[in-house]
Amino acid sequence: MHRAWRLTKRRLIASIPVLAIVILGTFLLMELAPGDAVDAYLVSLGGGDSGLAEDLRQSYGLDQSALSRLWLYVSSLARLDLGWSIIFNRPILDVVLERLPNTLWLMGSATALAFTLGSLLGIVAGARPGSALDRVLSIGSLTLYAVPGFWLGLVLILVFSVQLRWLPTSGIETIASGKAGIARALDIARHLVLPVASLGFIYLALFLRMMRAGMGEVWRQDFVLAAKAKGLSRWRIVVHHVARNALLPLVTMLGLQAATMLGGSVVIESVFAIPGFGRLAQEAVAGRDAPLLMAVIIVSAVLVIIVNLLVDIAYAWLDPRVGSSEVASK
Amino acid sequence: MKPLLRRFASSPEGVAGALILLLLAFAAVLAPMILPGDPAAIVGRPLLPPFADASFPLGTDQLGRDVLTRLVYGSQASLTVGFSSAVVAIVVGTLVGTVAGLTGGLVDEGLMRVVDAFQIVPGFLLALAFVSVAGPSLAVIVLAIGLGAWTGPARLARAEVLSIRERDYVAAARVVGMHPAEIAFREVLPNALPPVLSLVSVIVAAAVLIEAALSFLGLGDPNSVTWGGMIAEGRNLLRSAPFLSIIPGLGLVSAVVGVYLFGEGLVEGLSIRGRRL
Repeated sequence: MHRAWRLTKRRLIASIPVLAIVILGTFLLMELAPGDAVDAYLVSLGGGDSGLAEDLRQSYGLDQSALSRLWLYVSSLARLDLGWSIIFNRPILDVVLERLPNTLWLMGSATALAFTLGSLLGIVAGARPGSALDRVLSIGSLTLYAVPGFWLGLVLILVFSVQLRWLPTSGIETIASGKAGIARALDIARHLVLPVASLGFIYLALFLRMMRAGMGEVWRQDFVLAAKAKGLSRWRIVVHHVARNALLPLVTMLGLQAATMLGGSVVIESVFAIPGFGRLAQEAVAGRDAPLLMAVIIVSAVLVIIVNLLVDIAYAWLDPRVGSSEVASK
Repeated sequence: MKPLLRRFASSPEGVAGALILLLLAFAAVLAPMILPGDPAAIVGRPLLPPFADASFPLGTDQLGRDVLTRLVYGSQASLTVGFSSAVVAIVVGTLVGTVAGLTGGLVDEGLMRVVDAFQIVPGFLLALAFVSVAGPSLAVIVLAIGLGAWTGPARLARAEVLSIRERDYVAAARVVGMHPAEIAFREVLPNALPPVLSLVSVIVAAAVLIEAALSFLGLGDPNSVTWGGMIAEGRNLLRSAPFLSIIPGLGLVSAVVGVYLFGEGLVEGLSIRGRRL
């Protein structure tokens, strides 16, 4: 437990400068944009006179220099104030917190699906390298890896919603169904099947390919030869010696893919009309809501930092060699 | 150069990928000659299904534009954006990685924190924000995608440079009084490049997919036909004319598969895998 705590502390301290760069970069990017939040707000009102614009700029501090506005922004971020959304006309933090659970469910389920199914199929493919089954899985995963998630989503909608009518086409739950408890959870689960598949299948292919490649390397190690010499059954060698050692790099991949998966959820949530955090990015762009877009980028960066921290802790727990030397040297 | 080509040719994946890409590239380059029609022109009855009329082999869309012509022109945008973004990412990444690896100290520390920062922001989100701020055009989209993809090459180039820096031939160059910049560009960079090049296929493939997603969300270059844009337009008619969204998607899949297979051949050709064994 001590080790995990020390790791957490070190990682969090190291992420402060990185997060500062993200905030600065996002701020600079938004400075490049023509017009400011007041312009966008006036457009949403249907216009206004220059006096009103002047007053609004003054009250939001937009008439000050870029440096003092940056200071204003950072100090409000420090108070967990993400600003005011133009299109929702509400505090951004409230909107983000409302949307985040949907996206976390989507990403969590997609990761679970991709990791379990991908590594299992990878074990099947890597157990007998070069076999017919291995070839089929390799070609299949390569093709799957090339499929854009949003297009896969449309194809799945076409098959399972339009043709077979098994699953709903969009949304996160049936509107005004009055369902509660387990019935509501099942309803949400039914709505999530297609989005989770669309988001997760590309990572399933990735994990399958990584597992297979990793097993290929482990097969050549001496301890596998030793296990063979001991006369262990092939299946026992595959599960206990080869797959086990090939699994660790996949855990690292889990953290590396967090950012791309978050990016993917932007499009998937748009395809399935899921009111999630990813869709906020698209809504912010469509509504020219710069404060909201900035907040979405910064919150995503924080999310990715947290996911990577969790992955590191899991890795340290799975592989006791990690971090133990640092503890010994202290 | 010759062993590279021979090794590439001996990998079946590489050859298959090269064929797919060549076919697409030919279609993209020769599009105005094979299909002289304007992809934006209304040429027939709207929503003609595929294989029904010989003059419109893949049918027409809701405005009566020829789907085959649009599909072929769509490969132009995809391939241009894919390869240009990869060039941007590789050049920027290799330069930053080489500078970081060679200078070390505070510069290295600072540059690597910037790399970290770019890595924790989802690349697609970055591209979305950049395009929405700078306005959708091919050049902006290329830059936006490159901006999210240069960190991989930067990390790899830095790691290579750190190991090459300690080799004897670099020490020899230093002893004969070569200028540090000359050492960087003539001794270190050429040797650090091959492993970085092995990332090309992954970057091109990701760039093609990101461009498609941007176009799908309506942030593609409004002046060119894009596969993502075609899918978005066909989406509203998913029930009545699914071929409008399915056909451009198949184009995307084949392009990306071609890029991956080509990459496998390239890795073989550069004998990166061979070195590790």
